Amino acid sequence: MTSAIIREIVGRGIPLPGDDIDTDRIIPGRFLRSVTFEGLEAHVFEDDRQQNPDHPFNQQRYRGAVLLIVGRNFGCGSSREHAPQALRRWGIRGLIGESFAEIFFANCTAIGVPCVTVSAEDVRWLQEVIAAHPEMELRLNLETMTVDAGDRRLAAHMPEGARRQFLEGTWNSTFVLLQAGEAIERTAAQLPYVTGFR
Amino acid sequence: MAETLLDKVWRLHTVRELPSGQTQLFIGLHLIHEVTSPQAFLMLRELGLKVRFPHRTFATIDHIVPTDSRTRPFADALAEQMTIALVENCRDFGITLFDLGSGRQGIVHVIGPELGLTQPGMTIACGDSHTSTHGAFGALAFGIGTSQVRDVLATQCLAMSKPKLRRIVVEGTLPRGVYAKDVILAIIRRLGVNGGVGYAYEYAGSAIEAMTMEERMTLCNMTIEGGARIGYVNPDRTTFDYLRGRPFAPQGEAFERAVQWWQQIASEPGAHYDDEVHFEASALEPMVTWGINPGQSVSVTEPIPHPEDVPEAERAAYWEALQFMSFKPGQLMLGTPIDVAFIGSCTNARLSDLRAAAEVVRGRKVARHVRALVVPGSETVARAAEAEGLHEIFQEAGFQWRQPGCSMCLGMNPDRLQGREICASSSNRNFKGRQGSPTGRTLLMSPAMVAAAAIAGEVVDVREMLR
Repeated sequence: MTSAIIREIVGRGIPLPGDDIDTDRIIPGRFLRSVTFEGLEAHVFEDDRQQNPDHPFNQQRYRGAVLLIVGRNFGCGSSREHAPQALRRWGIRGLIGESFAEIFFANCTAIGVPCVTVSAEDVRWLQEVIAAHPEMELRLNLETMTVDAGDRRLAAHMPEGARRQFLEGTWNSTFVLLQAGEAIERTAAQLPYVTGFR
Repeated sequence: MAETLLDKVWRLHTVRELPSGQTQLFIGLHLIHEVTSPQAFLMLRELGLKVRFPHRTFATIDHIVPTDSRTRPFADALAEQMTIALVENCRDFGITLFDLGSGRQGIVHVIGPELGLTQPGMTIACGDSHTSTHGAFGALAFGIGTSQVRDVLATQCLAMSKPKLRRIVVEGTLPRGVYAKDVILAIIRRLGVNGGVGYAYEYAGSAIEAMTMEERMTLCNMTIEGGARIGYVNPDRTTFDYLRGRPFAPQGEAFERAVQWWQQIASEPGAHYDDEVHFEASALEPMVTWGINPGQSVSVTEPIPHPEDVPEAERAAYWEALQFMSFKPGQLMLGTPIDVAFIGSCTNARLSDLRAAAEVVRGRKVARHVRALVVPGSETVARAAEAEGLHEIFQEAGFQWRQPGCSMCLGMNPDRLQGREICASSSNRNFKGRQGSPTGRTLLMSPAMVAAAAIAGEVVDVREMLR
């Protein structure tokens, strides 16, 4: 039992300028009233889109984009996996940003959506070039840790543990964790609070 | 070599090193609620897996529960469906549920500690970012998403990378009218909302040692707002005294043996920290946020910064916040009219929070234009508050006394802001739309400051009312 190997994401991009964009903005709380993740894509950035008709997710020309280009501390706030689920169901397969909040990064990894960082300058450049040429094909490669855009190649970064989870197809961690077998019970048995401080 | 609590607890819970280089970490306590667990149980059912350690997971209902009438079925059919799903999942998988009316229901980060489930030296996970709260006891506690909830249910483990450690030292005595909430808001303001990414925070120093457990919980609760997933305080006599006699704490001689172990897991003098920062408690003042993230705050006597005082990299976010809030550079928060006052949330809805607010409210009246509500953190807190008559103090002043839940912290239940309302709130997030209205505005502050604002109808300095 494994998950798919993810080496490369190729396709068009969608730029989302701004820093500290929190998960309440990605998917407002009222849409969390459900026992499934189904249909969340319809409400991604709902309030921001209502307040800003020019929001990138309102623009027809970015439809079909697979790589989301974001600023600093993207996905801060709530641990709701509904945020990456909404983005993924909308069509996003990878994120390129200046930095990511930790729980958001872990949630993306757990559903097979890599988040890589590039320099602030490269984020700005990517956002501008995509806005000017939305049809441009981007190529995020996790083996070479590069982003190709037009004739430029940008250096991308990602913690090695997460990178290997994608390249080895082990990002669905349940299966990996199960492989520890009885070692889990052995670890538990050595914890005094598990054994009742006997 | 001297070790930190992080080093020791991490080592003791390590099942194995994973091929990816991450650690397979055993999770000692898993808390679940109705919002982030149903999809995890669904995945578990699809995979045909059981819950590996059903006695190490506990459930409650908090996010979607109405706080006025709890008559079932709930008016919100979706809320009802989520509640039913949790009840069924707990029954099918053998998990203890603290259901509505059980006497133990409440916000998950309020009930874990008060029931004695949260203990020093544990690893604690919950599908909620404010799980950092439990670090107040000297546990490594952190929020996770739903796929990771599935991991914990199926294996009682998570794949994690060990964070770096920053020691935050707060020395001195907090002035009257300045609370743990003000300390953490001041810390986040200085270190930034993403300053803690990649770090765990260890809070230390005489001001932290002097704090009660409930104050430490407020402090650790908002660690995540500073970007750090884990925040903790080393366990001490205050911790042990709090735990003694709690329903799920060790009892009798086992408790004494537990104290021995808890003392051993604290950080040792001379241990290595990746970073260290210092704060002086006596210099702190009541804090108020003016923006759309918890780092955008000022003390109540200080004007909103001018753009030239804001670092270049933060200027775009600064203007976005001012525009959303309809505030101006240089403006004082003092005197800002409010529409709603909310005392509640996993940050500030414990008995001591309600007492601090009641101290301000006693004998006074809520301003006529203000809608004010108090939402106790749990059924246990509500019972204790009612036993000492706090509910009457609030009600006589014009506050609504509600039933426990997350309520207007995140507006998933019917308690929401309307339109452009401004809310003085004891909660933890001032994000755009957080309190249920897409254009609603939140001013974060301590419960006593919220109480003072409710009375005055505008932001005031609570220290003036405590004289």
